[in-house]
Amino acid sequence: MSFFTTVKAVALSAALAVSVALPAAHADEQYFPLQSYRVGPYAAGGTGFFGGFIDYLNLINIRDGGVNGVKLTWDECETQYEVERGVECYERQKSHAGAAAWNPLSVGIAYAMIDRITADKVPLITVNHGRTDSTDGRVFPYVFPLLLNPYSETSGIVNYIAAKEGGIDKLKGKKIVVLYHGSPYGKETIPIYELLAQKYGFTVQQIEVPHPGNEQQSQWLTIRRAKPDFVVLRGWGVMNPVALKTAVKVGYPVDHIVGNVWSNSEEDVIPAGDAAKGYTAITTQASGNSYPVVQEIVKTVYGAGKGNLEDKSRIGSVYHNLGIVNGILNVEAIRIAQEKFGHRTLTGDEVRWGFEHLKLDPAKVEALGAKDLFHSINVSWDNHEGEGYVTFQQWDGKKWNVVSDWIAPDWALLRPIIEKSAEAYAAEKGIKLRTAADADAVAVTN
Amino acid sequence: MIADFDYQFFLEVLTGGLLSGVMYSLVAIGFVLIYKTSGVLNFAQGALLLFAALTFVSLVERGMPFALALAVTFAVMVALGIGIERAVLRPLTNKPPITLFMATLGLSYIIEGAAQLIWGTQVHGLELGIEDVPLEVGGVLVSQFDIFAAAVAAAMVLLLSLFFRYTRIGLSFRAVADDQFAALAVGLRLPLIWAGVWAAAGLVALVAGLLWGARLGVQFSLSLVVLKALPVLVLGGFDSILGAIVGGLLIGASEKLAEVYIGDYFGGGIESWFAYVVALVFLLIRPSGLFGQKLVERV
Repeated sequence: MSFFTTVKAVALSAALAVSVALPAAHADEQYFPLQSYRVGPYAAGGTGFFGGFIDYLNLINIRDGGVNGVKLTWDECETQYEVERGVECYERQKSHAGAAAWNPLSVGIAYAMIDRITADKVPLITVNHGRTDSTDGRVFPYVFPLLLNPYSETSGIVNYIAAKEGGIDKLKGKKIVVLYHGSPYGKETIPIYELLAQKYGFTVQQIEVPHPGNEQQSQWLTIRRAKPDFVVLRGWGVMNPVALKTAVKVGYPVDHIVGNVWSNSEEDVIPAGDAAKGYTAITTQASGNSYPVVQEIVKTVYGAGKGNLEDKSRIGSVYHNLGIVNGILNVEAIRIAQEKFGHRTLTGDEVRWGFEHLKLDPAKVEALGAKDLFHSINVSWDNHEGEGYVTFQQWDGKKWNVVSDWIAPDWALLRPIIEKSAEAYAAEKGIKLRTAADADAVAVTN
Repeated sequence: MIADFDYQFFLEVLTGGLLSGVMYSLVAIGFVLIYKTSGVLNFAQGALLLFAALTFVSLVERGMPFALALAVTFAVMVALGIGIERAVLRPLTNKPPITLFMATLGLSYIIEGAAQLIWGTQVHGLELGIEDVPLEVGGVLVSQFDIFAAAVAAAMVLLLSLFFRYTRIGLSFRAVADDQFAALAVGLRLPLIWAGVWAAAGLVALVAGLLWGARLGVQFSLSLVVLKALPVLVLGGFDSILGAIVGGLLIGASEKLAEVYIGDYFGGGIESWFAYVVALVFLLIRPSGLFGQKLVERV
């Protein structure tokens, strides 16, 4: 082999090695790995949420040519809402360059990914759900339970009931039953209801419904005997319509049942038929398609034949709008990070920085076409929830109608409990608490 | 202590439990029909139930009149039952029971997947025109819908009993159930009988699917109601329709009473596993269930 041939071979090998090391994506693309679920028992929620998310990403691409010229890309991996499939999808999708954030919309999959995404330095978004103590950014730098964690949800529901009764002082002497799903998710808020009951002087009785919740006769007979002023439904899946039907069956007034954030969709009330009329549930995003951003999606995305929902009547449904709001939050985090790091494909850690500076006040929300769709968000390096406001919608048999103002949960009361739990987790895992300076240091490569 | 006991509440819980038990029996009867004549524990019964309810409600939502949708769904279920027997079970004749069970397990996933493929993933409400407001009987609140469901179940058991006792094909079913080889020897056509049984199971799935669908809404977790039927079968026996009824009543009543009166000692939410505790206790005492046939094998 001649010298020049050897040099050529070395140069070629080096070039090949470099090309392998370089990201496979084009420099102007930001990628979303979507662990979606479009088949299986939870497909109705999955198609709505991921449909809304993709519709918004499409809107940004079609209308604006991407975020400052950076095209948004994605691919879907079917999880059927199963944790092991979700992890498989993660392993398959993580090698794709330019990943912005993970959005699995599954508590189980999210829990299974925390260590992995922390090592990879790519944000994990658990909008409206996830583990409550991941709100503490000192311990969970890459996890973002945006808008609402389970404790804030609990506080928001109690504040709503108080408003209905005429003030927080009117809660004294009242009785609230919490009917919860027999799972870690269902049980997570038990201590917070106890705490709020003690603080405000109401009594609380918490009753478990075994998974999946298709039989609730005994629970509702117990409720009828207890004669509570309100029942909070902390349900999931089939448990929700069965709860409403059984309430009617035992003669409990449905308009005194308040649903949590996973009991608030059309899928929860339609199967209950007339029994659901008058039922109220919490939400962070109002439903309906009258909001400018939803109208723009209809015109621009569905008009171009690129809409994600097969059934157009679901545009503006609870899960579809949650997907749109989730899209707004992801895209704006990228936009904020781009202002600091440049209009290019960002690393996961740079996007994390963007999320930690995600501040959308009501004026900015209005400018995004989402006035009244959601209120605002104010994420910081140590508060990864972002002080989301909640509102309440009542089902009239055909659609949800907003029946309250935007309500603020009692964040100040909840923060010390969240910090205590996060610090215990940090001690168990040997995690050093992050500081503001740590949060500002950003990895420029994944 | 006894004086403080709320008898009216106890009666309500008991009545509610018995009526829920009837709903479990409806699912269990589908299992019994197949098991009785072919020895197959058909795990796909839940998926059949879902498919029936989903087909019916989808047809009604597309504007088909109620009665016509019912007839079309019945025809579909009969065709599906016969198709399953032809395509899956007949080729597996004389294979070990575990092979047949695994085949029906696989079948349940295929039917669920096909249902989503054909009818989509949305959930549906199903109204059968029976108001579900509580009815007061002697100071005890009883669900009108549950009474209706119990009446339907009773009618179905009566019809099946008459069918098995007085019709030629029904007697053939019983002959096959008693001894397949003897039935074959006297000229009964087993494949035809099995196809008939699967069609009957399709009908039971339709009735149970409509009643459970009206109770839970038509959604994918509908197929999970098979989990409620399993302890009923263990208790009542896998090959007895009467056993399915009595087993359903016992399971329904005991799980509800246990949830209300001893649930708190275990942290609540015990009824799903308590049913299996009752079934296991019976299994230990009577392995063939209350009304199941005792198997004596010569070795």
